[in-house]
Formats: sequence, C-alpha cells, structure tokens
Amino acid sequence: MFWLKRFLSRRRRYDDLSVSIREHIEEKTEELMEAGMPRAQAEQTARRAFGNVALLEERSREVWQWAAVRSIAADLRLAMRRLRKAPGFAVTAILTLAIGIGANTAVFSVLNGVLLKPLPYPDSEQLVALRLDAPGAAGLASFATGLRLSGSMYFTFAEQNKTFQSLGVWTTRTANVTGLAQPEEVHTAQVSDGVLEALYVPPVAGRWFSHADQDPHGARAVMLSYGYWQRRFGGDRAVIGRTITLDSEARQIVGVMPRGFKIVDSNFDLLVPLALDRNHQMLAGFGLEGIGRLRPGVTIERADADVARMLLLWMDSWSNGPGTDPHWYENWRITPSLCPLKQEVIGNVASVLWVVMATIALVMLIACANLANLLLVRAEERQLELSIRAALGAGWARIARELLLESVSLSLIGGVFAVGVAYAGLRLLLAMSPANLPRLAEISLDARALGFTLALSLLSGLVFGSIPVWKYARARNHTVAGGGGRTASISRERRHSRDVLVVAQVAMSLVLLVSATLMIRTFQRLCNVDPGFTGVADLQTMRISIPSSLIADPQMVARTQNSIADQLKAIPGVRSVGFASAVPMEGIEPNWDLVYTEGKDNENLNPPMRLFNYASPDYFRTMGTIVLAGRGFTWTDVYGPRPAAILSAGLARELFGTPSAAIGKRIREMAVWHEVVGVVEDVHQDGIDQRPPATVYWPTKMGDYRGYGAIDFARSVTFVVRSDRAGTDDFVNEVQRAVWSVNANLPVASVRTMQEISNQSMARTSFTLVMLAIAGSMGLLLGIVGIYGVISYTVSQRRREIGIRLALGAQKAGLRWMIVRSALVLTGVGIGIGLCVAAGLMQLMKSLLFGISPFDPLTYVTIPLLLVASAAMASYLPARRAAAVDPAEVLRSE
Amino acid sequence: MVKKPERRDLFPGALELMILQSLRLKPMHGYALVKHIQRVSDDLLQIEEGSLYPALQRMLRQGLLESEMGTSAKGRPTRIYQLTGSGLRHLEQEVSSFEQMTAGISRVLAVAKI
Repeated sequence: MFWLKRFLSRRRRYDDLSVSIREHIEEKTEELMEAGMPRAQAEQTARRAFGNVALLEERSREVWQWAAVRSIAADLRLAMRRLRKAPGFAVTAILTLAIGIGANTAVFSVLNGVLLKPLPYPDSEQLVALRLDAPGAAGLASFATGLRLSGSMYFTFAEQNKTFQSLGVWTTRTANVTGLAQPEEVHTAQVSDGVLEALYVPPVAGRWFSHADQDPHGARAVMLSYGYWQRRFGGDRAVIGRTITLDSEARQIVGVMPRGFKIVDSNFDLLVPLALDRNHQMLAGFGLEGIGRLRPGVTIERADADVARMLLLWMDSWSNGPGTDPHWYENWRITPSLCPLKQEVIGNVASVLWVVMATIALVMLIACANLANLLLVRAEERQLELSIRAALGAGWARIARELLLESVSLSLIGGVFAVGVAYAGLRLLLAMSPANLPRLAEISLDARALGFTLALSLLSGLVFGSIPVWKYARARNHTVAGGGGRTASISRERRHSRDVLVVAQVAMSLVLLVSATLMIRTFQRLCNVDPGFTGVADLQTMRISIPSSLIADPQMVARTQNSIADQLKAIPGVRSVGFASAVPMEGIEPNWDLVYTEGKDNENLNPPMRLFNYASPDYFRTMGTIVLAGRGFTWTDVYGPRPAAILSAGLARELFGTPSAAIGKRIREMAVWHEVVGVVEDVHQDGIDQRPPATVYWPTKMGDYRGYGAIDFARSVTFVVRSDRAGTDDFVNEVQRAVWSVNANLPVASVRTMQEISNQSMARTSFTLVMLAIAGSMGLLLGIVGIYGVISYTVSQRRREIGIRLALGAQKAGLRWMIVRSALVLTGVGIGIGLCVAAGLMQLMKSLLFGISPFDPLTYVTIPLLLVASAAMASYLPARRAAAVDPAEVLRSE
Repeated sequence: MVKKPERRDLFPGALELMILQSLRLKPMHGYALVKHIQRVSDDLLQIEEGSLYPALQRMLRQGLLESEMGTSAKGRPTRIYQLTGSGLRHLEQEVSSFEQMTAGISRVLAVAKI
C-alpha cells in the first residue's frame, strides 16, 4: 500500500504546487497593477518574469518522479497510437507472433514435461536404473535394454551393496481378476522389497508391502493403483482389508498408491509382491528390471564399481545346478551400466523432441525475419521524422528506445495471444502425439512454460526490433529534411539489410524443407518395407492368457486354445485364425536362449542366442507370412510326439545357407532335438524400422523348456483373426462371445487390429513427420511472403527509376527479368548457405531417418528447385506491376 | 529530449544557498522569497522567478525544508516554506564551504593583480 499512499501524497503535492505558482503570478500582477500598470500588461510582465509556467511546473514535478518511467510511458503511448493507426501491420505482426511463439511454447511444454522436469519422485536424481551390459551374450545385443537382472542377482545386490539406500527388482505382467464383474485382464507390476522404498512415494490409503508380504509362502497381498481404485471401488477407503481374486488366488488389499504414480514408465492396475523364493534361485533367469536409490553423494561411477564388485560375488554364490560352471558367465562379459532413472524413462524420444523444438525455433526465426522486414519498411517511412528528431538533438539511445518499445510491445501482445495458441496447440499435440511418448501425463502449460513464453516474446521483440534500430537510429547524417522523398532510388546500403534478411529466410526455409522432406522419404521407405505380414487392416488381434490357477492341466490349455481357434473360425466372414506368443510390434518381451544346431556343436560350444516365438497352426497363413520352404505348423506338431521347429529365413540362411537346405535339419534349446519343418520369410518383429531378428518358431508346446521333462504350453498368446470385418464393434462382440463360449472366465484383452499396432509402431516417425511438415510448410510460406514483400517494396521504391528506364526505351520484358533476377540472386545465395547448414544439421537427424541418407540427392535437388520456383513466382507479380508503369505519369507525379 | 537547460545562478547550489539563508530568517511563501532575495541583493541578482519552484521541490524532497498551508500577503491560500533541522545543518555546511571557496578565489585574484 506504500506506493498508493505515495501516489496520493504526490497528487496533493502537485495541486499545492499549482496553487503556489498561481498565487505567485497573481501577487506579482497585483503589485504591478498597484504601480499603475494596466491589468493585461501586468499579467504579461508577471508571466514573462516567471518563465515558462508549464515547463517549470513539469520540472518541479519531476523532482518527485522517476523521470525515465514517465518518458517511457509516453513513448509507449506513442507506440500504441502508431500501431492503432496501422491496424493491418499490427494485426499481421501480432498474428505471426502469436502463432510463432504459441507453437514454440507448446513444443517447449512437451520438452519441459518430458525431458526437463524431474521425475515425480522425491529426490528423483538419486534414482538409477540397474542396467547391465553383456557384450559377450551375442543374441542379447538386439535388446535395447541390455541384460536384465536375475533373481539371484537381486539377492546379491540387495544384501551386499555399499552404495544404495534401497534397491529392488520388478517386472510387469498381465493377470486376470475374477469375481468383481466380468472377468477382466489387468496390468500388474510385480515388485520386490526395495522398489517402493526406493521410489519413496507414500500410499494414499493403507500401507506399502511389508517384508512379510514378500514371503513366497506367506499371506497374499495386493495394492491398487489410484485409477483402478476409482474405477472398480469408487475410491472407497474401506477397500483396505478386502480381498480380490487375482489369477484365481485370493489376495488382500493392503494399500492404494496415489494418482499418477508409476513404477518407472509402467502404468499398472495392481501392484503385487514379487515374492521371490530365495531357495529356488539360479544364476540364470534374466528377466527383471532393477531400480535403486543411491546414497546421498554417491556417483553413478561409484555405484557401477560397487555393482562390478558384486557381480563377482554373484558368480561365486550361486549356480545353475550341479555340474554347471558358474563362471561360464564371464564369457558374457557382464558389466554394470547404471543410468539415471530419468534417462531410462525418456529413452530415445529426446532426439525427436529436440529436432522438433529446433525446427519450430527455426520457423520463429523466419517469422522474426519477416517482422524485421516489415519494421524496416515502417522505419523507412519514418526516416524523415527520425532525422528531424535526431537533428533536434534526440540521442541515439532515445530513438533506439522508441523503436524497440514498439517492437517489444508488439511481441508482448503477440505473447499474450500465444498463450491461447499454445494451449490449443498442446491439446492438439497431445491428441495426435504418439502413445509411446513417455510422461505424457506430466505435460502441462506450467509456470516454466509461461516464463518461456515471456522470455521468447521479449527476445523476439528485441531481435526483430534491433535490426531497424541498428539501421536507423544512427543513420542521421544524410537524408535530413527534404532529400528523402526525391532520391531516384533507394541506396545500396538501405537495401542491404533487407537483402540479408531474405537470404537468411531462404536459407532457413531450405533447412526446414530438407528436414521435412527427409522425414517424408523416411516414411515412404517405411511404408515400402515388406514387414513379413500382409493386410494389416483385416487382422483382428486380441490377447488371451490362461493362468495355471484357472486351468492347471497343460493339455487342457492346448485344447482350450484349439477350441477358441475353432470357435473364432466359425464366425461368419473369418478366413483364418492363428495365435502366437507375440505378434509383430506388439511389444511383448520375447523369450530367447542358446540354440544348438545338430552337427555344429563341436565347432561352436557356445552357439549364439536366438529369439523365440511360439506359433500355432495356421498362424503364418493368417498373418500372410510366406512359407519359403517346407510347411507351417499343424495340430499334430502341437499334440504329437515329434518335436518340430520353423526358422526365419535369415536364420536359415545363416545356419544352412539356403531356406530349403534347412528342412529336415535338427536344432535344440535344452535337450530335445527339434526337426526344422519349415522356413518362413523374415518378419519385422520389433518394428518396421528395426532389422528383422533371427527367430526360432516353436510350436506352442514348450516341451523341453524347463529341461526336466515337464510339458507346458504357451499360456499367454495373441490370437489373430483374418476377416474383412476386423475392427468393427459387431465383430469384436462376436469374437468375445466366441471366446466366452469356450470358457466364460477368460478375459479378452488388448483387442485391436494389426493396423493399430503397426500405426503405433510408426507413431514416432509419423509424429516427427507431421511436426516437420507443419514447420516446413510454415517456413516456406513465410519465406515466400518475405521475398514477395521485399521485392514488391523495392519495386515501389524504384518506380521513378523504372519510369526513366522505360522513357529511355527499356524493354518491358527486360525490366521484368531484371527484377526477377534480383530475387533469384538473393534466393541463390540463400540456397547456397542453406545447403551447407542443412548438410551439417542433418547429421543430428540421422537417428530418425530410415533407409535414406542424410544427403539424399533427390531431396537436395528438389528442394532448391522448389525454392527457386517459389522465388520466381513471388517476384514475378511485382515485376509485372513494375513493367506496367506509365513513364509519363510517374515522371509528372514528382 | 534535449539536455536539461537547468538555469543555475552563478554556480551550482547558489540558489539553494540563498533560499536556505532567507528562510532562516522566517518562513515565507514563494513570491515573498523571490522579493526578499531581490531586495536584499539590491537587484544585483536577476533570477528567473519560476526557477525557484523546482529548487524548492528538490529541497522539500531532500528534507531540507518543510511546507504547510498558509495565506499570502493578499490573504489567499498558498504554501509557506520553512527550514528543518537538517536544512539548517546543510546551510551551515554550505556556507562554510562557500566561504572557503570565495576566500580561495579572492586569494588567487589578489595574486593575479600583482
């Protein structure tokens, strides 16, 4: 309130001052009149003796003010008035800025939410992902995540470490909840002791798992996610202590985690204790993700060293059973490569986001160049006024301040609208953004994003405002009053800065367009890749798991799956049905192990590891995967005694030279030899942009999987149904009814078409593509507008010169060419610079490209041609107008 | 816009010095102050009457003076200015430094005459 009091007292002071001054003059007038002067003359004399009343009053007031603020306020009022008088310019500029800044803010919000913000755990910088590298385990190299942890590793690390506050392992699964409503498949995260303690987020109700909950023979506990709690129990707090049936096993609810809580990047419905049995652990079984919280002050390097030490302990303390060499794993060269948890969550999306941010920033720069151009034209119109002011003694700083105030107030107004644009843009972005963008829920227009908007507004105002300032605030030695309007054409120097802007714009547009085109070409290449299956829109997929608690007998599992396939096939319009433990690009963790080839064992003691997939009869036919040699699986392979296997083409070629040579050969995982009965074409299992992995397909019978003769069948499989009706609601309903007619307790999960799965796999590319295409076309449009603006302004300035040329007999065609040529020269220079910059920058985009070189010649030829054509078009219109000038009229008008 | 054409008589601070000295005698309003200075200086010092007011505001702001509502010689309301304690101290300082300065200058002038 202090300022208000001060403001009021200042008000009173001003009034007092006026009263005193008025009284002063009155008194003097009266005295002069008493001396015999007539009133009018006396008043005049009194005022003359006093001096300039208004000025002195002003000076007296200034004593109480911060003079600079008032004069800036005056400048601001002037700037606003000038903008109001040029609404066309103001609206164009504000709109350009609002869109430019808004787009930048939106992308920055994403960048901020995904990359910059700390993870939503307390002291999240202490959290690390326990990753291991195993360069010696050849088949593992294809996994992006390195080597996962085994249960025995967890026990060693948890008990022996010296650098962690807490440490645990976890994994995700799907499980069936029965007894609540319809049987439902839910996502569960299984966590060991130490995971919740490391993340350190307290539950909203109930408690964490206790140590006792991790006892494999103890009571069964479960925790709910906030979403599941709300969805199934309406957020009822009395839910703690109730039991639910998970995979036919009663579990007591002990706690609820808060809204938005995730285990690293996993959105789970239920949290289940991993309950590892310490007495049944071997060295192997590398399927768990590790997470740890470092002790304060411990670096990743120290923790790495700690884990390296414990890996030796691990090999000394555990074994894979009698007769095996625990130090065999030294061949794998397992080394720790811990990374901050944030890096693990963000993954490889960082490069995409930075590229998108950079392109949007480039668009902003082009927009700034356009605005600078507009301002230059305006400043040129004010040249006379500015020189007069300079001549009257206005300093450089004073004029610069006024010009900058105009541009900064423009950009700030633009910034205000930009917040709205950013909000809308963000909604749009989130709506179309790939599902594989991590931390999606954490993206919002927060204080940091608004700060960014403000900073960007100020900065852009200063950037595009400084060009006319640099040009005009100093240049006052020439073109003082009178000269400006009549010079025949604008001087070389005055054109120079606008030319530079055009060149910069062309160069930046080129970079944008090249990157957008490379993305389009990448997309094209991806679409042309033969994925190893066909007709994705006609493939309906769904995941069905049969837990052992529901059907214990392995043979019954196979019979049930067989009946489901038969029922599905009976649905009208279904052409074929198959299933496999994972369909391509589904993101299901594959199984893998050493694969021995008969006759090659001696020369190859440690054969490379291969990915496994378990496929049903008719699976390849349904997927449209071509069988290159031999045959697909039959039900005899599933039920019968003869073990069979099918190889991917790449693997068959690697092992036996040709697909047909592989038929009849034998391979094994553990003990039982399987005869290769067929070879199928390579399938891009991990995504179209990934190399198709060498794969062994087993029948769904996992005969020797455990090595001790137990027979089991793949219990979690994805069914694929080929039908023209795939994806329609009716069809999905019929499919569900067909499944339930076999067993009413089976949940049908992840119902989607292969099209959706493959779209999701392309999501990163299509997201980048869309963003770059938008940025590229904005850049091109702004670039064309810029060229058009400059050329047409130059032409209007040169009307007189053109008139003289015409009067002297210049040909119109020649004149047109002269003007178009000047635009082409600028474009040419811009293209030259742009090509160099693009060639450098595209190196950074390499990781986003597929099947195309960052120097793709087609792109580097077409884009410059496109720009030249646009420049020619943009300059032809003003050129035609110029040539249409009537020389007589122009010369007379001066 | 242009540099302030602040008109200071004789040397910077002279006007302030004279105002302080005059108000030491008795509190006065603006016009009375002007008449007092002109009369005492036998019209030797021609000050622009108006320039008094910015100076008065400056001194008010610095706390050398205070002002209160009063009436002019003609009986109309106006501001009466009077010296504050710190104004008095400031005056004494300024006077002594002014005397030193004039003494210095006259010595130099005296030497120059020889």
